[in-house]
Amino acid sequence: MQTAILAVTLAVLTIIGFYMGRSRSVSVAAGNLRRLHSLPGYYGYYVALWCGIPAFAVLATWLSLETTIVETLVIASLPETTQALPESRLNLLINDIRNLASGNIVSREVDPELQAAAERYQSLRQTGFLAAAAVTLSLAIAGLAWGRRLIGPGLKARNQVETVVRVFLIVSSTIAILTTIGIVLSLLFEAIRFFALVSPLEFLFGLKWSPQTALRADQVGSSGLFGAIPLFSGTLLISFIAMCVAGPAGLLSAVYMSEYAHPRMRAVAKPILEILAGIPTVVYGFFAALTVAPFFRNTGAGVGLEISSESALAAGVVMGIMIIPFVSSISDDVITAVPQAMREGSYGLGATRSETIRQVIIPAALPGIVGGFLLAMSRAIGETMIVVMAAGLAANLTVNPFEAVTTVTVQIVTLLIGDQEFDSAKTLAAFALGLMLFCVTLCLNVIALHVVNKYREQYE
Amino acid sequence: MADSTPQAMPQEAAPISEPPPAAEPLKTSTDSGNGAVKFASRKVCVYYGEKQALFDVDLDVLKNKVTALIGPSGCGKSTYLRCLNRMNDTIPICRVTGEISLDGVDIHSKAVDVVHLRARVGMVFQKPNPFPKSIYDNIAYGPRIHGIASSKGELDDIVQSSLEKAGLLKEVHDRLQEPGTGLSGGQQQRLCIARAVAVEPEVILMDEPCSALDPIATARIEELIDELRENYTIVIVTHSMQQAARVSQRTGFFHLGELVEFGETEQIFTNPQDERTQGYITGRFG
Ligand SMILES: Nc1ncnc2c1ncn2[C@@H]1O[C@H](COP(=O)(O)OP(=O)(O)O)[C@@H](O)[C@H]1O
Ligand SMILES: [Mg+2]
Repeated sequence: MQTAILAVTLAVLTIIGFYMGRSRSVSVAAGNLRRLHSLPGYYGYYVALWCGIPAFAVLATWLSLETTIVETLVIASLPETTQALPESRLNLLINDIRNLASGNIVSREVDPELQAAAERYQSLRQTGFLAAAAVTLSLAIAGLAWGRRLIGPGLKARNQVETVVRVFLIVSSTIAILTTIGIVLSLLFEAIRFFALVSPLEFLFGLKWSPQTALRADQVGSSGLFGAIPLFSGTLLISFIAMCVAGPAGLLSAVYMSEYAHPRMRAVAKPILEILAGIPTVVYGFFAALTVAPFFRNTGAGVGLEISSESALAAGVVMGIMIIPFVSSISDDVITAVPQAMREGSYGLGATRSETIRQVIIPAALPGIVGGFLLAMSRAIGETMIVVMAAGLAANLTVNPFEAVTTVTVQIVTLLIGDQEFDSAKTLAAFALGLMLFCVTLCLNVIALHVVNKYREQYE
Repeated sequence: MADSTPQAMPQEAAPISEPPPAAEPLKTSTDSGNGAVKFASRKVCVYYGEKQALFDVDLDVLKNKVTALIGPSGCGKSTYLRCLNRMNDTIPICRVTGEISLDGVDIHSKAVDVVHLRARVGMVFQKPNPFPKSIYDNIAYGPRIHGIASSKGELDDIVQSSLEKAGLLKEVHDRLQEPGTGLSGGQQQRLCIARAVAVEPEVILMDEPCSALDPIATARIEELIDELRENYTIVIVTHSMQQAARVSQRTGFFHLGELVEFGETEQIFTNPQDERTQGYITGRFG
């Protein structure tokens, strides 16, 4: 609460800085704005930056260090014997002190020593906050005055503001990149730990997947088998079925949209198709599990086919419907990008519309279409919710779409659901699977983007 | 998906069965005693949505002559040219009124299939637009969709002779399987001419065929036009008056959507009747 008030105060100061800088620059210009190097607004931003950046930087540093500093000081004030406690006990103690200080329930008897520590904790925090507030506020005011003083006709405020903006943007994008790298590294390290327990060969080529490990030494049967082939084959089977649905449907609807549809029809139909992409996958999931799967099973029973109620077919078909918009919107883009001159050339030779599409437009757009298919495929492979709800858990090694199969994503979910020991092979297997998934979709995406870009260059 | 074997495709268009241009069974009016009329247009108006782009154009294209259309840009030359093979049908907002007849038959009548019409009236565009296929397939495209060749050997012959007629055979005979897009601009344009010729049209429409080419390639195409005149009727849009004077026998001058003047090329350039024509060819505007 206190901190929020401080932050708001700083923000208000920064805004005041903006107006002060702006009016200062106007008065420096003495009625002739052309004497200034930059527009008055830039001087406003310049002062605001001087005012805001150092103050907020100090505040952020304080907030991130506060706990560590205060706790270290509190521990240092505890008796020697307590300080000598093992780390875990010390942590518990600190927790209690913190709880006591903020008026929460405490797990042990409150003795005077604890009480004193809590008070000390509280007063340290208060002092710390006051100090931080004093420092940041004076920094803000000093920055404001300093920035304002610097304003003169010769000050290149615009260039400096632009530099700050650029640095800010670079920092923002770095955050995204670093996060990605961090995720990949953590996947990698956990996977390496897994491969120390289970050999990579068994993982990649084993035909049996049954990740239950024995909890007790005398338990039978649950030795834990980590052959991922059934998962890969299940994933591929479902993705293949999905592409069989999405490929033709997406491509043909793109052809219709871009070549045949009246502009008015296109204006209505395209957004509708894009709504399909906006439906949450969990909705598709229960659509698959509650509507499509029973439908397939009943139809199958009607014609004498045995279709399991969690068939790969149902999951694949619904997933296919889900990725139709990907295929169709990418195909639509690349088909529209085929120059009009190609169409006219073909029509000019007396070709009909469908001949033109089949023999000129699709071949010309083919690389882009293939790229779109690959992107959709990587979407299908990584899709989780639909298969969790509709595909089942049985790790069957089969290519029969009427049977239940399971996928990599489903297994990752089941491996991590519930309370887990973090270093059992079972849990770590999820990371190895995740790593595989990541590698495959990354490769697909890279190839797809490469293909699409290459195609774009052709007509630039 | 992409079907490159034409034999397997259903043929939507029956093979062209029009009489060869030599025989003239259809009624044709003769104009200025100079030869048979191929295209006759009367009161042709074209609208793009609300905007009218052509006003009452009356123009006769004579057989085995080169007719040039000149005029400042935006005056409707391309629009008129695209009426002749009903290319304007592909623009949804475009509407054509008036009468255009080819060999005496109204091209807008129900009896005329636009696919046949475009096979009889070929077109070459401003920017060379070879398909992203091999040189061979580019030329074989038209014969395949119209079922002109009955065997692979016949198709080969058509490709060879079309390239020969377009003066390209010598340059590409050993690389027919290479992509047509890999040729130089001038070669690409001649490839497009060969592609049009391969369908054995009676008329070839050319819309500023040299505007994207260098002077040498231009000279090459102009020569070619002169050779093609023997067997084909040619209508060429050009913004270069010198080119019109060099290649054409008859010239029409368009201005703001109207056909201002039309007649023998020599007469248009030496003794224009309309002062707008005079102004344009002496370089006072446009
Ligand atoms: N597809 C089109 N849609 C709308 N207006 C067009 C279109 N094509 C041409 N026009 C208009 O028709 C007029 C004639 O154009 P065009 O025949 O291309 O002229 P030119 O070939 O003589 O330069 C121009 O005013 C142009 O703006
Ligand atoms: Mg034009």
